[in-house]
Amino acid sequence: MPFLPVLLWTDILIYLLLSVVVASVFYVRRRPHLIAPWKFVFQKKRGVISVMILLCYVAIGVMDSVHFRLALPSDEKSKTQHYSTEVLTVLDVLVMPLRQQLEKTYSSPFATRLFMREMQQSESGTVTFDYAKLKYAGAHLDNEQDKTADIQNTVIKSTISALFIWFVAVIVVMFWWAKKHEINWKQVVNKFRLGQSSYPVRTCFLMLLVLLVFFFNLIALSASYHVLGTDKVGQDVLYQALKSVRTGLVIGTLTTLVMLPFALFMGIAAGYFKGWIDDLIQYIYTTLNSIPGVLLIAAAVLMLQVYMNNNPDSFATIAERADMRLLFLCIILGLTSWTGLCRILRGETLKLRESDYVLAARALGAGGLTILHRHILPNLMHIVMIAIVLDFSGLVLAEAVLSYVGVGVDPSMSSWGNMINSARLEMARDPIVWWSLTAAFISMFTLVLAANLFADVVRDAFDPRMQASV
Amino acid sequence: MSSALLEVSGLKTWLGRVDQPLRAVDGIGFTIQRGETFALLGESGCGKSMTALSLLGLNPLPVSRIVDGEVKLAGLDLLQLSEAEMQAIRGRRIAMIFQEPQSSLNPVLSVGEQISECLNLHFDLDAKASQQRVIELLESVGIPDPLQRIKEYPHQLSGGMKQRVMIAMALAGEPELLIADEPTTALDVTIQAQILELLKTIQRDTGMAILLISHDLAVVAQMADHVAVMYAGQIVETASRQQFFEQHQHPYTDKLFQALPSEQKRDQRLTVIKGSVPVLTQDFKACRFVERCDHAWDLCRTTPPLWTEDNDHGVRCHLFNQDADVERTMLPQTQYSSPLSEVLPAERNVLTVQNLKVHFPIRKGVLQRVVGQVRAVDGVSLSLKHAETVALVGESGCGKTTVGKGILQLVPVTDGDVEFHGHRLNGLPERALKQHRSSLQIVFQDPYSSMNPRMTISQIIEEGLSRKQFTKDSEAKEKRINELLERVGLRAEIKHRYPHEFSGGQRQRICIARALAAEPEIIICDEPTSALDVSVQAQILNLLREIQHEFGLSYLFITHNIAVVNYLAHRVAVMYLGRIVEQGSRDDVLHTPKHPYTQALLAAVPELDLNTTEEVTRLEGELPSPAKPPKGCHFHQRCPQAMPKCLESYPEHTQLSTSHEVRCFLYEESE
Repeated sequence: MPFLPVLLWTDILIYLLLSVVVASVFYVRRRPHLIAPWKFVFQKKRGVISVMILLCYVAIGVMDSVHFRLALPSDEKSKTQHYSTEVLTVLDVLVMPLRQQLEKTYSSPFATRLFMREMQQSESGTVTFDYAKLKYAGAHLDNEQDKTADIQNTVIKSTISALFIWFVAVIVVMFWWAKKHEINWKQVVNKFRLGQSSYPVRTCFLMLLVLLVFFFNLIALSASYHVLGTDKVGQDVLYQALKSVRTGLVIGTLTTLVMLPFALFMGIAAGYFKGWIDDLIQYIYTTLNSIPGVLLIAAAVLMLQVYMNNNPDSFATIAERADMRLLFLCIILGLTSWTGLCRILRGETLKLRESDYVLAARALGAGGLTILHRHILPNLMHIVMIAIVLDFSGLVLAEAVLSYVGVGVDPSMSSWGNMINSARLEMARDPIVWWSLTAAFISMFTLVLAANLFADVVRDAFDPRMQASV
Repeated sequence: MSSALLEVSGLKTWLGRVDQPLRAVDGIGFTIQRGETFALLGESGCGKSMTALSLLGLNPLPVSRIVDGEVKLAGLDLLQLSEAEMQAIRGRRIAMIFQEPQSSLNPVLSVGEQISECLNLHFDLDAKASQQRVIELLESVGIPDPLQRIKEYPHQLSGGMKQRVMIAMALAGEPELLIADEPTTALDVTIQAQILELLKTIQRDTGMAILLISHDLAVVAQMADHVAVMYAGQIVETASRQQFFEQHQHPYTDKLFQALPSEQKRDQRLTVIKGSVPVLTQDFKACRFVERCDHAWDLCRTTPPLWTEDNDHGVRCHLFNQDADVERTMLPQTQYSSPLSEVLPAERNVLTVQNLKVHFPIRKGVLQRVVGQVRAVDGVSLSLKHAETVALVGESGCGKTTVGKGILQLVPVTDGDVEFHGHRLNGLPERALKQHRSSLQIVFQDPYSSMNPRMTISQIIEEGLSRKQFTKDSEAKEKRINELLERVGLRAEIKHRYPHEFSGGQRQRICIARALAAEPEIIICDEPTSALDVSVQAQILNLLREIQHEFGLSYLFITHNIAVVNYLAHRVAVMYLGRIVEQGSRDDVLHTPKHPYTQALLAAVPELDLNTTEEVTRLEGELPSPAKPPKGCHFHQRCPQAMPKCLESYPEHTQLSTSHEVRCFLYEESE
């Protein structure tokens, strides 16, 4: 086999999460009362825009979650196949040049020379103290003065091809629409152009255009330049930012996945059974809430660090080690953050258990379990949904803070927090190295903003008071 | 009655999208004279509240907009005023009181602060004068001890007191017109009678006009000088009170009167209005009532009727249009009624309740020690025969709902016996109780909250079925669900839809179908029609009686609506503060009430009859807290005939006849 698939713990959980999402999409499609709020989400312009941006992030994150180890060139003597100790992902393969084109040290975005001067010997033998040429960026240029023209050329070309692809996509969608609804394609064009559809189709197409132009340019430019510069060891900052996407998403989603069973189980149990169970659960979460979360997280992560240092054999690769730490971080973040949701669910359950339809079910002889799973759980789901989406952006930001403090993800793993942490020293330099921090900031900001907008729309859609007025 | 105070003409308030508006108010016109009470009568959703809000420019924005019309307050067109000018009108010249006193008062401001706020907005008063005025206002709305009350917060007041405070706030600006939007709907009959009395007194003293919005014909009969009936965004009839109650003309008004349950209609099916209110988003090309009208003919389907007014009695119907087909208008109005005889109960007792007590502990402190008991139900005994309807009547908070839940073992019973066919139900473990569960069912008051919004109709009804013989056989199950839905008058196709798609009446039918699915012997009806409109109430009452005939069901009918009791019940039990004070056959209790409370309760019920001018004793005060019931007879504080004895001990049962018993010292000697 030319490669050995590697299943990291977080990968398994991500696949699990994806399959749950796909399954619930199918489940929801058949239930009108569940699909109605989602339709509302997609009928809002904000909703469509944020979903499209989030999907880009998710696509990057998922590609970065298919791990494998490439086979080493086989030895004539031994029959056993050996694999590289380096764990790669599909994303790594796709952006291999970014990964491999290492410069010597810092270089600013779109630079053709290093950021600082160094002693170098020319062919004639004279030693000069100057900015050295970069190995890869702009290497195809005969003359460095052509850089601006070359960038312009690339931008124009890739923008035109993006427009072309966009045009083809729009036409395909329109024909598909015309065929599906058996109407004249002219009517379809009119309908889309005038915005008569119940969904914001125009916004959707415009956003698609923006995304296509952005990605085409990024790909074309990053082939010959370091679009976001390089860091201290000469690694492309764009590559780091891309690799950080998965870390952010994993922290944002898996933490909720870890916390959800606790919050659901404890919240419902406290609200439904009342009495001493309620007291016990309330005491647990008020106690847990009064311990500073960072303290718990630091303690847990440091303990894990000690364990991993003492048992280096348990982990085949560095990636596995880093992954274990990431998973642990998710778990400990989840354990400290379930109390808020639990409290809300308890309150809602207290209200629901007294509702007329629960009384009616009891009068019909339904048992406790039936009532819990048929009457109470489904009516809590909208709260869970809102909580998940709202927590997501908070967790992504929490990761950045924790990594900055040093108790976050493994230093070998790229994450926005680590990028910021390393940029801390660069900020003190003169002239300032600003691009690492900016790259982390922009990519994190876009994700969190999109997630917040999405959360906003989801909250509106699932809030029963909103539904009543619609 | 000098000149018109408020003239409204052609008022149109539309909701929703511009291209497909919902015509909530569609060309309303009426005139209110100074000092008169004008009643706007209509069923829910006909646009009466939207009309009131539009008058004040308070219609919700941006969903609604006033597209046309004129609202003239003594010649001043309110719709042309700016928001700032409007603020000077609101509260000062036109004031409004709302249905729900609980939510219309700010819970963090004391009563005095809230009223003086209204005063300060419109008058330039110093602190002392303002407080003086607040006290005057509170006195004028009949709040005792106003000096104390101004420091209290809304949660310390009872519902009736809150509504009085609301009225005091409205009166603060000395308005010329008071808009009262269902001012008594959320209150009990005894409190309702007090509030209506108060409104009348204030009107007499200040000479202000009242625009009364109500769905209750009886309240309108008590209060109004002029009546306008609204239907689907339009006024279909206006008349003076006399004309309205004696010779109403529009078929819709006629139907409303006929749908009212009463004693005289006991052996009939109540008249129902077929169909439902038309969708208001359409552009009407016909009469809005045509689909539901018995008198409709071709003209009604092609031309919307015009407003015809004759001798101050306006009506929007072709029947009364002089230019219309004369022959047709001469047609005698056929009164039809179909018989639906009373159910004759058997002699056999199905359910016997002996000395039922349900107490809720009051816990306080860190250790949650029990410091007292709320005696919600405190020794109730009643029995229910096969195919009998027993009505449990009383003010809200007297514990009647808790009796129902206690019988069903939905709340823990403190003491007493609930025997169903001789089996004692209370004290049984849940497992043993299960086999009796399906025989006792309940239908709730609020049809919106009594079904799980996440289940289809079919799943909801199936929940009742699956406990019985249909364990696996899904085909038989489907068939049974279809049967049940058709039995309650719904099409079987609807079973895959969700509750939110149905109207209140349809939901209540589904709830009845769910109860029937369990094949019960007893159904406890907990105010099943009080959230419904009169015409829908008639449908539900008809259905309840039909299925009682068909399945021999016994009903425990918990209600505060005496008209419904009169129509449906065989026996009546009157509850006061956790105990039954009087119990007997319907005839005994409603015609010869013995207990002073029953007498007062019946007197407080507004009558449709215009000629009841006799002064009746109005009940003062309100229901005491069941956590601290007064010593002796619970009723002695409010009883006009209280004796020293009443303060000492609770009276025992007195058997007046075989079917009539009462707990009052007045009758103890006669034994």
